[in-house]
Amino acid sequence: MNIQAKTKTRGIVRGGETLKQHRDRLMEATKKTKHYAGLTKMELRDSDPIKYNKLFSRLRAGVVDARETSKKIAASPIVEQEGELCFTLYNAAGDAILTSTGIIIHVGTMGAAIKYMIENDWESNPTIRDKDIFCNNDSLIGNVHPCDIHTIVPIFHEGELIGWVGGVTHVIDTGSVGPGSMSTGQIQRFGDGYSITCRKIGENDTLYRDWLHESQRMVRTTRYWMLDERTRVAGCHMIRKLVEEVIAEDGIENYWKFAYESVEHGRLGLQNRIKAMTIPGKYRQVGFVDVPYDHDDVRVPSDFAKVDTIMHAPSEITIRPDGTWRLDFEGSSRWGWHTYNAHQVSFTSGIWVMMTQSLIPSEMINDGAAYGTEFRLPKGTWMNPDDRRVAFSYSWHFLVSAWTALWRGLSRSYFGRGYLEEVNAGNANTSNWLQGGGFNQYDEIHAVNSFECAANGVGASAVADGISHAAAVWNPEGDMGDMEIWELAEPLVYLGRQIKASSGGAGRFRGGCGFESLRLVWNAKDWTMFFMGNGHISSDWGIMGGYPAASGYRFEAHDTNLKEIIAKGGEIPLGGDVDPEHPLWEALIPDARVKRDKQAITTEAMFKDYDLYLNTMSGGPGFGDPLDREPQSVADDVNGGYLLHRFAESVYGVALKKAADGLLGVDEAGTKSLRAKIRKERLAESVPTKEWMAKERQKILAKDAGVQVQQMFAASFKLGPRFEQDFRKFWDLPEDWKLLEADLPIPSYGREYTMDLSELPDVKTVQFVEE
Amino acid sequence: MAYTKAKIKDLVDGKIDRDTLHTMLSTPKDKERFEMYIDILQEQVPWDDKIILPLGPKLFIVQRKADKKWVIRSIAGHDFCDWRENWKLHARVRVRDTAEQMEKLYPRLMAPSTEWQVIREYFCPLSGDLLEVEAPTPWYPVIHDFEPDIDAFYTQWLGLEVPERAA
Repeated sequence: MNIQAKTKTRGIVRGGETLKQHRDRLMEATKKTKHYAGLTKMELRDSDPIKYNKLFSRLRAGVVDARETSKKIAASPIVEQEGELCFTLYNAAGDAILTSTGIIIHVGTMGAAIKYMIENDWESNPTIRDKDIFCNNDSLIGNVHPCDIHTIVPIFHEGELIGWVGGVTHVIDTGSVGPGSMSTGQIQRFGDGYSITCRKIGENDTLYRDWLHESQRMVRTTRYWMLDERTRVAGCHMIRKLVEEVIAEDGIENYWKFAYESVEHGRLGLQNRIKAMTIPGKYRQVGFVDVPYDHDDVRVPSDFAKVDTIMHAPSEITIRPDGTWRLDFEGSSRWGWHTYNAHQVSFTSGIWVMMTQSLIPSEMINDGAAYGTEFRLPKGTWMNPDDRRVAFSYSWHFLVSAWTALWRGLSRSYFGRGYLEEVNAGNANTSNWLQGGGFNQYDEIHAVNSFECAANGVGASAVADGISHAAAVWNPEGDMGDMEIWELAEPLVYLGRQIKASSGGAGRFRGGCGFESLRLVWNAKDWTMFFMGNGHISSDWGIMGGYPAASGYRFEAHDTNLKEIIAKGGEIPLGGDVDPEHPLWEALIPDARVKRDKQAITTEAMFKDYDLYLNTMSGGPGFGDPLDREPQSVADDVNGGYLLHRFAESVYGVALKKAADGLLGVDEAGTKSLRAKIRKERLAESVPTKEWMAKERQKILAKDAGVQVQQMFAASFKLGPRFEQDFRKFWDLPEDWKLLEADLPIPSYGREYTMDLSELPDVKTVQFVEE
Repeated sequence: MAYTKAKIKDLVDGKIDRDTLHTMLSTPKDKERFEMYIDILQEQVPWDDKIILPLGPKLFIVQRKADKKWVIRSIAGHDFCDWRENWKLHARVRVRDTAEQMEKLYPRLMAPSTEWQVIREYFCPLSGDLLEVEAPTPWYPVIHDFEPDIDAFYTQWLGLEVPERAA
């Protein structure tokens, strides 16, 4: 007989509950009352609002301070320059109370890790004690991708657990098949890099030696890895100390109440903002991204992954009269054999990053918003995979492209209400990602991931152009970083960095433009690089007449002979690839082997000194009919390098002429007649929609479309029967019209046979969404 | 925060000053904005049927004066359909599905590949105004992007009466 099992032990949570009992009680009360933790009244907030707000302000300031201070410990420019880190304070149940600035998607992901520990009884084994340190980066339980490393520290008061603090940094390499934090060569988890599941890595505030020895050799960039870890530990400990000080001054009772009331406050705050800013109703939109793997330069280990596919995320937002809302992603495509899959938590938590930029621009960002939202992500889709083999290393490839559609939905409501200042046509697909590795200029094993695309073009609003080379949706505090710092971090010299002309989507207000950097390999050894971008598809549609942002491409040049050209004082490629339709660089390096095409995703290619790599950054989408743009703004765009001259005429209908100052000015009369001509052309070249539909229907009946398009629809039909029904109804398809992946001339491994993480012994996964 | 009608008009015209724009973005929303906004739009459109809800800079749900029916109307005066329907099905469309057509919008290599993605431009049949652009894969159904619950919006959220609506 097991005597231990019969002994009732006191749990570690304040008051004596176990973590599991505590969370179960909270969740039950939440379900029953529809208020977080059953808090139909907020005692502290209502009885002493000044103390409540003081607690909030002090804790929030301390959490931000911890981020700002600790990031100086990091050597990695991703953390130190781009600010790819974040700290969040949690209550005992693992629900976020408040967070710092930075990559706030991790409000949810670190909370998911804490909940995984709670649900799988970490309390009894490996035990959770004061001054323990845990590490997690497991994407199967909620992380975005393996390179986001979490450090999680429990907070105790008088021997009882009262909360947690989590810190996350984006590390430059996780030891995946290819170098770089978001690599492309692997197609399964087993090649996705070092994966750590809520592992206890230290006690008594000291990291275990076995952890240090193991982890440093699991990644290429050991120095960055170790300093990043110290950054996270230092920040967590600063915040733990802050909580101790706050409790010493304001009392544990007040802190304890605050830790739960703030979450309910966040939930109510979202509901109020929805009512204050939107319009009840249904909003539908869709996002796509290309996965062009049927190409020689995509070298993956398994033939079944060498297929062209399209990832698909249709969404329906329902805003109800009571200010609650539901986001349903019925019809999304299946997970795939690539690294662009996402966990349900990263998908939903990331949406809060977006919302903090318009719907809830408050400092009180916590799990309240998540409790105020119903998500439906069908099981088996790319954002809620049902197979434990899936890889995640660049989950952002489609996260950013799926979310950009949500901007359009919300923007329709902002526009309808007259809150034009909040309208945003969308966010850029944040790419290209220049990645690679080998031996660097310091003769060390190295990996690079240029975070320049933390500064893409922003979508246009209804009152102004999107800001150029300014932001990334995943980090509201993003920055392109200084060239000098990147040159220190990478064996790649800048030959140019400038605005990418015509990258922003056209419109009455245009999307912000991206930029481009031309890099020369210098002092590298055994070096490789690859592209991770968005080539065949532009993910970011415009809105209300605005056009999508431009899509990406690749340019790389090998055996350039530049060493000799430079020695002779010859002209070399500098600046930007201004007009890729009329390239100029090839003539300067006539003997080079150049790859210039739409294959914007590749795997490791060998580069040597004097080879070239062009890193192009996306623009944002546009708003409104381009023919309504102020003609002078078009002239300014051409003069400023934001727009190629020919598109002033063909897209904006603006005729330009040389002005006295040597710049281009507007030809008023020419513009008027050109715009009238374009309107006539539009009517002459268009047909009634139903006429076009009849022709398109014939194509569907004849299965006339690329295999990648057919695969996308077939996969979506299988997981989204309602999506299929709607499709069939819209096109009035006969019953015998069937589209099955099995009938397509490409393999579809994973179509029928899958095995979820929850099927492993002793594993309890936590479900956060309706499936 | 409340704003004058002149400031809201500047906003609608795309001429809002930066300070006011910053205030608008960073302070709680002004509930009275909707009525002021509708007044301004009503003054700008060339017809006098009542605007119920703007769907875009040149597209509106209106109460048709003649029969009190709610319809979707362009600024140029084309009535597309009943307000509950997908107006795009009643528009004119141009589909860019060749590289040549795409390259009138984007430089070569910066345009989507048409076997993966097409661009569909929906025009007002009267004026040729571009009212919406879709950029889906081939075969994609025309998206019915917005079905507002106007009754709840007017009565429960704004405290306004719902204008008369003929069946």
